[in-house]
Amino acid sequence: MEEVRLMKGNEAIAEAAIRCGCDGYFGYPITPQSEIMETMMAIAPWNTTGMVVLQAESELASINMVFGAAGCGKRAMTSSSSPGVSLMQEGISDLACAELPCVLVNVMRGGPGIGTIQASQADYYQSVKGGGHGDYKMIVLAPASVQEMADHTVLAFDLAFQYRIPTMILTDGIIGQMMEKAILPPFRPRLTNDEIREKYPWATLGKTADRAPNYILTLELYSEDMEIINLRLQANYKRIQEAEVRYEEFSCEDADYLIIAFGTSARISQKVVELAREEGIKVGLLRPITLFPFPTNEIKAYASQVKAMLTVELNAGQMVDDVRLAVNGQVPVEHYGRLGGIIPTPDEVLEAMKRLIVNK
Amino acid sequence: MTLNDIIDPKNLVYAKTKVMNDTPMHYCPGCSHSVVHKLIAEVIEELDIQDKTIGIAPVGCAVFGYKYIDIDWQQAAHGRAPSLATAVKRLLPDRYVFTYQGDGDLAAIGTAETIHTCNRGENIAIFFINNGIYGMTGGQMAPTTLNGMKSTTSPSGRTVPLSGHPLDMTKLLAQLDGTCYVTRQSVHNIANIRKTKKAIKKALENSMLDKGTSVVEIVSTCSAGWNMTPADSNNWMEQNMIPAYPLGDMKDI
Amino acid sequence: MAKVKGAIVVNTERCKGCNLCVVACPAKVLSLSPDSNLKGYNFSYMSNADSCVGCAACAYVCPDACITVYKVKTNTD
Repeated sequence: MEEVRLMKGNEAIAEAAIRCGCDGYFGYPITPQSEIMETMMAIAPWNTTGMVVLQAESELASINMVFGAAGCGKRAMTSSSSPGVSLMQEGISDLACAELPCVLVNVMRGGPGIGTIQASQADYYQSVKGGGHGDYKMIVLAPASVQEMADHTVLAFDLAFQYRIPTMILTDGIIGQMMEKAILPPFRPRLTNDEIREKYPWATLGKTADRAPNYILTLELYSEDMEIINLRLQANYKRIQEAEVRYEEFSCEDADYLIIAFGTSARISQKVVELAREEGIKVGLLRPITLFPFPTNEIKAYASQVKAMLTVELNAGQMVDDVRLAVNGQVPVEHYGRLGGIIPTPDEVLEAMKRLIVNK
Repeated sequence: MTLNDIIDPKNLVYAKTKVMNDTPMHYCPGCSHSVVHKLIAEVIEELDIQDKTIGIAPVGCAVFGYKYIDIDWQQAAHGRAPSLATAVKRLLPDRYVFTYQGDGDLAAIGTAETIHTCNRGENIAIFFINNGIYGMTGGQMAPTTLNGMKSTTSPSGRTVPLSGHPLDMTKLLAQLDGTCYVTRQSVHNIANIRKTKKAIKKALENSMLDKGTSVVEIVSTCSAGWNMTPADSNNWMEQNMIPAYPLGDMKDI
Repeated sequence: MAKVKGAIVVNTERCKGCNLCVVACPAKVLSLSPDSNLKGYNFSYMSNADSCVGCAACAYVCPDACITVYKVKTNTD
């Protein structure tokens, strides 16, 4: 039977992770995401599913615990907020290089620096462009509701293992903290070591007599070998770009103007679409659900329909770059955002939209 | 009796363990790393745990340890091996999990991970090679470099006002409630090689007894980094390193 | 009277000529060869094979596990 609950977005992630067969959560407290580990510790899944939940001494340690667990073919995750995710970048680059599937949650807060604890989307670049060193990407999911916090947790594990890639849930303090009803996913058992051996032959579970040793590595001596790894990663990203773009449209069919926004900004922008249409301005909203892969072609298609586009972001203008690349100058693309943890009202976004219409 | 009569499988006394493969090790001639690799491989064979052992390699000269000992390996970012090992052991409690780390890895960049892993009493073995120098990057000063000892980043010798004191990590780890076995050994002669092998064996056995973390420091040479022959390195180590890092068990419970 | 006779086989291509076995041998059996292997190392060999008692000291200290040791007890007068 479906289980519907009123809960915080952070709690939904914790519940969904336990239910979808997560083997290990390793984290370090930071506002506004600490409920994820708190919820897990309260549920104590080690008594039921056998899942390990461990509070590490730092984000550096927790991301490297994720590495160790993922290297064994286990479903491992961590969560943090912006400054903590910055600290994890070395480990994320390593996970990407070693092609290890795992789930990372960034409940973004205002930066730069230690910043504020209020919601922000200023880690877009860091998340979709590869925040650490080297050429790499993660799959990045952007939930816009508590329901999606739960759904994306399950989806993130599935995509991570399908493509052997770190997958990030990029959300913010509002989605993490607000309470909504959510239908929790059904329970799915954790894989046994034998099942992991079968499904993920690369996993370091111990070298059996029937195979050569498995190595999880991120260092190569020779440039030629490193280039081969890089080319394999790039080919994987291409496959992901072709097959895994996800987005949602609101009132786009007849739109003259298009807002592009994700997460909390998309929730605000939905209201903006309503307000604009009440005034007779045909505005539509395209909400990218995957930030990598980005819905480039889908946005490009609207360039021949709409007169201008506006991105609404809780930052100084980051995703707007990708929208501009997608439309390649065909229509004006502008950005509206508030910084440092401030959330714009629908009215001020509507005003920004009207300025765009006048100036375009 | 000719040599050919003696060289017969029935007369075999000692041969390279099968757990160590035939790939020539990249280490410099006479390197202590090679001796310790050999001992770990021998212990894995003696305990018959090749299929149950997962090694975590560091960054440093031993980053390529996986090439020589035929078990499953993960290679950690610099200093993070204990974190990887923590997760591996927690998720695979019936496996033998060890980290192999140098002094830069364990006592500088990975200090926090080392201390907290030991403090949590993770049921793993930590093998710590202390040669007082960064070997792989070309002979820079390590946290364990002795006062007065020359390195490429302390060309006139380490001084306390500039760089502080040599860090005795093993002594520090012995103070933690999470460790069950903390010992300092060396591999510069036969007697000490035998003791080190026993320590390695005990550390791996401990990891299945739910007693906490075992730490085996091996005071080691780096003849290339120290700019000496292997035999001279062993002598220099005995005269200079061992007085600063005295051998023996610090804790065994 | 029973006498112990030993012999070793050096994997000369694996040997790096570090000389630690030469130093460790209590019977002064070993030397470094004037010849070198493909890597250019002067590998270890039994220059005084008759004195070998198969104690395996050389093999224990050999960092690269290049040395295999054999030993027999013989009855000679």
